[in-house]
Amino acid sequence: MTDAAAQSILLVSVIKVVVLLFLVLTAVAYLVWFERKVAAHLQGRWGPYRVGPHGLLQPLADGAKFLLKEDATPAGVDRFLYFGAPLLTMTLAISAIAMIPFGPASIHIFGVATPLVVANINVGLLAIFAITSVGVYGVALAGWSSNSKYSLLGGLRSSAQMISYELSLTLSVVGILLLAGTFNLSDLIRSQDGFSWGFLPKWNLLNPTFPQILGFFCYFVAAIAETNRAPFDLAEAESELVAGYHTEYSSFKFAMFFLGEYASMITVACLASILFLGGWLSPFPQTPGLDWTRYLPAGVLAAAGVALILDGVRHPPFGRIVLPLLGAVLFALSFLCSRPGVIDDIQGPFWFLAKILLVLFVYVWVRWTLPRFRYDQLMRFGWKFLFPVALLNVVLTSLAVVMRK
Amino acid sequence: MTGQLAIFLILAAIAVAGAVNVILQRHPIHSAISLITVMIALAGLFLLLESEFIAAVQIIVYAGAIMVLFVFVIMLLNAGVEERTNMSRMARYAGVPLAIFFLIELAYQVGAATSSMTPQPAAEGVTRGLSMLLFQDFVFPFELTSILILIAILGALVLAQRSEGVSAKGGQEKIT
Repeated sequence: MTDAAAQSILLVSVIKVVVLLFLVLTAVAYLVWFERKVAAHLQGRWGPYRVGPHGLLQPLADGAKFLLKEDATPAGVDRFLYFGAPLLTMTLAISAIAMIPFGPASIHIFGVATPLVVANINVGLLAIFAITSVGVYGVALAGWSSNSKYSLLGGLRSSAQMISYELSLTLSVVGILLLAGTFNLSDLIRSQDGFSWGFLPKWNLLNPTFPQILGFFCYFVAAIAETNRAPFDLAEAESELVAGYHTEYSSFKFAMFFLGEYASMITVACLASILFLGGWLSPFPQTPGLDWTRYLPAGVLAAAGVALILDGVRHPPFGRIVLPLLGAVLFALSFLCSRPGVIDDIQGPFWFLAKILLVLFVYVWVRWTLPRFRYDQLMRFGWKFLFPVALLNVVLTSLAVVMRK
Repeated sequence: MTGQLAIFLILAAIAVAGAVNVILQRHPIHSAISLITVMIALAGLFLLLESEFIAAVQIIVYAGAIMVLFVFVIMLLNAGVEERTNMSRMARYAGVPLAIFFLIELAYQVGAATSSMTPQPAAEGVTRGLSMLLFQDFVFPFELTSILILIAILGALVLAQRSEGVSAKGGQEKIT
């Protein structure tokens, strides 16, 4: 490889990293807004409504609040680890997203064709698991270094929980690896292309050899436990532990844990959609009768634009200008998305984002519906139910793969 | 090639410094963190050798599973700062010379053995080549090792059950 080629690849990678970082941080901020809105509507409330129309500027206000709060450091903390733990949590959670491919198409930056993924590596799945498995330290060390009994108990609980559920999480995807025979995330998605009987997509969830329904169940439950969310949020059970491992954290250090939690939610949702729901593949076969589904991305954008314009007039005075403007932009984008050159490129990212959003919605839904487990129930469930079921899935899938050959 | 050499030197320096730091730190948690740093630097060295699979597994197994257990146990027992015994006479007169001797010996032997070696990438991809070796050529030793580990786990369970007070849950956490 010549120096010039290597340099341009480096430059393109840097651009992609910066763009992705910006997108992920925005997505995380609005995921918090999304969660609060969904939670509120599940409970018959309005949720954030004051800062901007529909509380859309709430993430900005939250960010400013986190930055301006007093940054208190309790006495007797282990300073190096106390400051390092939130940094570790946030960095690892965000860097896992570098492996996620967002679409099949290549984009051109300065004439260099490059796929829609920052790090397209052969062992992408393993690399993500490697990063999430190191993520335990953020929580455990935060708990230990805070010099507080609540933090220590939260850190202990969560490291035990994460070790236990990591096994089920990793085992639940073995079935998919047996079916696809690759660790590369882009190849994993390509292996799910096609339709059984002409209409049922060959996603791993509905794989014709052996549907990974058990695997998906195990993955989803273990992923909730890995990200420390209700009903498995024993690490921060506020009724027993004040706030668990981040009791002693304030201001921006707390915000880093917050960002980390929501970034790992996004990673887990991306993986669920890649591994089980066919990633960027459209759920509709491109037969003459269903050809119109190619215009769905444009249609959704146009509908969202119209809705924003109609809704905007009800929000004086700020929203009356901003929302219709935003709606008009979306409407214009929808025209762009239905043009021949763009329509094929937009399919992948559109379906991928739609699936991620669906998974995230179920995630939030579960959190605000189910009560928290007791600690012994959590361990018993993880070891005596989830782990055997994941093993059973591996055995059944390998039998099916061998039978078919 | 020079870029690779630079990355190798950096990673090697981190690994060696981390390893020394494991002994120098006085608190068990700090030693454990240093050990994790060593593991991750080693994973980087595997990456330089173009074996991505081993690098990822190195992090998952050592940094992500075994060291988590170390940290967990240190936290659970709430181990305090280690007390120094300012080098006993035995260590000063026998230990230090022996350590230096072994270090020189090791450096010499490794240098002699590797001077004629060139790294070779696996012919059919690291993951595939490795699994062929593990599950085809050496399948019997591999299965034997798993039985050995199973026996060790069962032994740990039996020992934990015998001394009353430790529940089955404590035993199960050892499996990881």
